[in-house]
Amino acid sequence: MPDISSLSLTFDEVGMTFPDGTEALRDVSFSVAPSEFISVVGPSGCGKSTLLNIASGLLKPSSGSVEVADISLGYIFQDPTLLPWRTVKRNVELLCELHQIPKEDRRERAQEAINLVGLSGFENHFPKALSGGMKMRTSLARTLTLHPEMFLFDEPFGSLDEITREKLNDETQILFQKEGFASLFITHSISEAVFLSTKVYVMSERPGTIVAAFDVPFDYPRVPNQRFDPSFTKICREVSNALRGVRHD
Amino acid sequence: MTKETRQLYRSAEGDFHKSSKTPSRFRLFCASFFPPFVFGSLVIAGWYLISYGILDESRRFLLQPPHKVLTNGFLDWGGRDGLAGMLESLWSSTKVAGIGLFFAILIGFLLAVIMSQAVAVEKALFPYLVTLQAIPILAVVPLIMFWWGSGQTSRVVVCILISLFPIIVNTLFGLQSAEKDMHALFTLHSASRLTRLRKLMLPAALPAIFAGLRISAGLSVIGAIVGDFFFGKGEVGLGQLIKRFSSELQGEELLTAVILSSALGVAVFLLFTWIQNKAIGKWSERADLIS
Repeated sequence: MPDISSLSLTFDEVGMTFPDGTEALRDVSFSVAPSEFISVVGPSGCGKSTLLNIASGLLKPSSGSVEVADISLGYIFQDPTLLPWRTVKRNVELLCELHQIPKEDRRERAQEAINLVGLSGFENHFPKALSGGMKMRTSLARTLTLHPEMFLFDEPFGSLDEITREKLNDETQILFQKEGFASLFITHSISEAVFLSTKVYVMSERPGTIVAAFDVPFDYPRVPNQRFDPSFTKICREVSNALRGVRHD
Repeated sequence: MTKETRQLYRSAEGDFHKSSKTPSRFRLFCASFFPPFVFGSLVIAGWYLISYGILDESRRFLLQPPHKVLTNGFLDWGGRDGLAGMLESLWSSTKVAGIGLFFAILIGFLLAVIMSQAVAVEKALFPYLVTLQAIPILAVVPLIMFWWGSGQTSRVVVCILISLFPIIVNTLFGLQSAEKDMHALFTLHSASRLTRLRKLMLPAALPAIFAGLRISAGLSVIGAIVGDFFFGKGEVGLGQLIKRFSSELQGEELLTAVILSSALGVAVFLLFTWIQNKAIGKWSERADLIS
């Protein structure tokens, strides 16, 4: 086990039971090291989102402990959560505004982030004029302005079509390589998890707990065709088996 | 054909026309102008039919024909019952409606913001607001008379009572309409209460606020006329005029006053629709906004 102080995030036997008696998580233990990309896959309703809510401090766990290093967190929601009355540029500036970053600096950061996610030319568009993929890029750009040391992704690409999703996956892992943030990525797509991550955790049905872990040894940046590589599909199969509770000896 | 397949068929047909030829502005204008024109003509024809076909001469005062409303009501300028006097009353009622609406917006908006900030206040006030809304205005007329006399103030009070509720309810609904994740975003970045209100809740509430404003604007005109109907001291508003014309069996003038009242209501409604489109038309995702 690596030195705890060097880890970005540590879950130690975390359990979560909601006031209505629903047990969402039980004995969840794992950690995320800096520049590690961790994905968690699990069936829907297994408490994956609860995991992120706890990691971000929005929820307090009912048992166990969570250690978050003194680092800045970026949270990417399931929905793009853009403010419809703000243009792309003003949406991207929002978090800097909340952190009282001076106007000049804020503008610069926003433009940089917009360029990074490939939205230059759309600065003055309102969200209603954007496609689902572009909205998600705006959401990513908004978080990038703060240069967080760790990203928490809550199934961000789940509602996108497959073509857009793969494209955003390609770009996310390029960003990950460039910016060097740690990631905790929640998804229900196996290939997405394997493609993006350095490590994939499999969660069981509710109450969710981690039942398997798989290292993904491929180097970054990963190329789109990696998805058809036999070693890639082998990991996908193993993750899939673990999800279905199939034993493999 | 089921309803859906018919709709599908129709929209496919529409697309076909669009792609083959873009209709000129003139044709678009005709398409939106003709249906109401045809319907309006039918109404006027029906009106004539009742005035001349159904009512005999001794009872024609019940519904005077359109041209007499025009000549005796709208084109008769001076005199005791001329249009000049009616326009003065219209102005008086417009002022009452405007002042009433102003206070209704002020009170309603403040109450809604306070209620959105403290659930306890919302819980405490809401049942009473619903009760207030349910009291027929006729029932409180004597009370208003006791407290504020029968002048301009009482008319404004009626106006406020009638138009307050939609503003509170819609503003409150709007303030609560920001999604949970949006709030989570603001929480994660430790936004203050005021920042959250200013940057998230208020802008998110704008579409609902305008929906409430448009309803209340129309209601304030009704309030002004109803108030004027009961409280006749001082300036003569449209309500007083309507009362007098009906007691003196002046059908043409009565109808003119009624048409003026509804014109005022429509004008106020259109004004607020215009402001709404200016304010939120650019970003609102609602399709019925004309930008």
